[in-house]
Amino acid sequence: MRALIRKKPVSNRPDPAPSRWAWRIQRMMLTPGIRLALRAGVPFCITLAFGTWYLADDARRGAIELAVAEARASIETRPEFMVNLMAVDGVKDELATYIREALPLDFPVSSFDLDLVAMRETVSAIPAVKTAAVRIRPGGILEIDVEQRKAVVLWRNDDGLALVDENGYYVAGATSRHARPDLPLIAGKGADAHVGEALDLIDAARPLGKRLRGLVRMGERRWDVVLDRDQRILLPVENPQRALERVIALESAQDILSRDVARVDMRLAHRPTVQMTEQAAEERTAQQAAFRARNK
Amino acid sequence: MNDLYNSQRTMRQMRKIAMQRGVVAILDVGSSKIAALVLRFDGSARMDEEGEFGSLAGQSGFRVIGAATTRSRGVQFGEITAMAETERAIRTALQAAQKMAGIRVDHVIACFAGGDPRSYGLDAQLTLEDQVVSEDDVARVLSACDVPEYGEGREVLHAQPVNFALDHRSGLIDPRGQLGNELSVDMHMLTVDAAAIQHLAYCIKRCDLELAGIASSSYASGIAALVEDEQELGSACIDLGGGATGVSIFMKKHMIYADSIRMGGDHITSDISLGLQVPMANAERIKTFYGGVHATGMDDREMIEIGGETGDYEHDRRTASVSELIGIMRPRVEEILEEVRARLDAAGFDHLPSQQIVLTGGGSQIPGLDGLASKILGQQVRLGRPLRVHGLPQAATGPMFSSAVGLALFAAHPQDEWWDFDIPADRYPNRSLKRAVKWFKDNW
Repeated sequence: MRALIRKKPVSNRPDPAPSRWAWRIQRMMLTPGIRLALRAGVPFCITLAFGTWYLADDARRGAIELAVAEARASIETRPEFMVNLMAVDGVKDELATYIREALPLDFPVSSFDLDLVAMRETVSAIPAVKTAAVRIRPGGILEIDVEQRKAVVLWRNDDGLALVDENGYYVAGATSRHARPDLPLIAGKGADAHVGEALDLIDAARPLGKRLRGLVRMGERRWDVVLDRDQRILLPVENPQRALERVIALESAQDILSRDVARVDMRLAHRPTVQMTEQAAEERTAQQAAFRARNK
Repeated sequence: MNDLYNSQRTMRQMRKIAMQRGVVAILDVGSSKIAALVLRFDGSARMDEEGEFGSLAGQSGFRVIGAATTRSRGVQFGEITAMAETERAIRTALQAAQKMAGIRVDHVIACFAGGDPRSYGLDAQLTLEDQVVSEDDVARVLSACDVPEYGEGREVLHAQPVNFALDHRSGLIDPRGQLGNELSVDMHMLTVDAAAIQHLAYCIKRCDLELAGIASSSYASGIAALVEDEQELGSACIDLGGGATGVSIFMKKHMIYADSIRMGGDHITSDISLGLQVPMANAERIKTFYGGVHATGMDDREMIEIGGETGDYEHDRRTASVSELIGIMRPRVEEILEEVRARLDAAGFDHLPSQQIVLTGGGSQIPGLDGLASKILGQQVRLGRPLRVHGLPQAATGPMFSSAVGLALFAAHPQDEWWDFDIPADRYPNRSLKRAVKWFKDNW
């Protein structure tokens, strides 16, 4: 007979205890090293394997490279990144033209393709350029700020005439002395390395006025001051400026340079020597002979 | 005795390894439930740099990161009676605790209530060679204790030096470095049934775990439930468990006596089951919902459905008054408390300066128990809950978790035991090489 009351179902709940193997697996999964391996190691390995398999095909790799290149080109050729003209600031026409020629750019060009460092080096390598700054201004303008070297002397050497700045750097060649009559002239091998000293001497020789022809570096060691009428003042290695000032003082006191003198030798400070011209020497010999004859 | 040294030292070594790894499991194998806690040690010491106790009475060195309980199977009177069942119950509890902690645990510190614990008081005296007490002297005086015949098939569970005396000064906690002529020590030794320990060790080994320590559950619940001044002045902790009631007496922060009575809450349940003719599950439910030890007039009128599963309508619809229930429960509770009284008397509890009694364990939740206990045990009775520790879930803060929490505290700060001191060199009979090394270490 069926029972009238609701019977409690016979509890056939499974044993809540884990079996030994379930227990071991659970403990293994709680081990920190295995947890790390599952969390990081397995995804890494799967990604690596999939990536390797995908990229193993040449066609796929080519397609990816092409897509990247296209994306890159489409960004680079946007109008915001295009450079349309070059502005050279700080120099006059001739040098500016020269700089433009030195940088063969085919405008418009993308600013990604411009190597500003190399361009700056190219511009700086031009002798007449002291410093150069290259930048791209908003608005697509390549701006080159140039500071020009200033020629202070003309240097006559074996190769001809050259314009040289105060540090002895070559600025430009010159065709003739008359192209730059405003600049003093120096000559001789090694003169360019001592332009500063030469300028000091020229400054000191200002009282000589138009008589000064130029300075000659002798034996890469000392200076000669060359005047007109083939007069020369030989200056010592040490302290040439003072020696020149002494000569100028002698000139103002005794008109030494106005006389018939070929060379004033100041190389030995304690014994300045004067060489007469041959003509004067003959004249003097003749005078002395006449004097001697008269007194006989 | 060297065997004992070795096995206990191995456990201490395991505990050290567990501390280094920072994670250890606490397992309270009780007769009614198995509780597992997973502790994480963060390395902070009991005392901070200024020498002051940190927060939570310095117990903040660890944190409970996992807790689980499961109904105990195969444990009676606090002893394992069915190994496979117990092993599965341990696995269930530990699996849930591990899952909550999210970390694997390899070391377990366990406690159990049964095994018929017996306390012994040991003492020894030693004349010091030089005036200063060294650590070696402490080890020698400890090893000089004459161990009583505690019987075949028993094992020492605890052997704690509880008092040192130097000449006529007694009550020294740490005699090292002090001056005197004669050092004496009092030691408390607790032995239990060796089979009980072996069964527990075997169950834990079957779960692929290492046993890193073992303690008596009466001791553990005493650590958790007694506050510091009670431990200092003298008090007894009564742990009313499911199958066994643990008694431990503390004095000067040391356990000086421990015992266990093979009666507990399960016996009350079986009395109800017998008296009301209901299944054990119903009896347990009735006990926890309506149980008590003091009947009032209201209880006569309050009827409870006691239920049944026989299918006989009349039988399954019976009711009983709460007074009847209390009438069944009270004699058994009284019997347990009388037995406790007898044990305390036997231990000389009357002679302690303070006679505070703390009731804890699941059985202490019976309403009105403190009133009944104070009639039987003495005036100073209170209900104790375990110390609050970091991260303990709210569900595990009740008095039935005293021994689990106490075991956690024990794991964090174990008491010095006999085997924590080096065996003095003259106890080694034939290890001359070790002696030579020791001689070199001492003299160079």
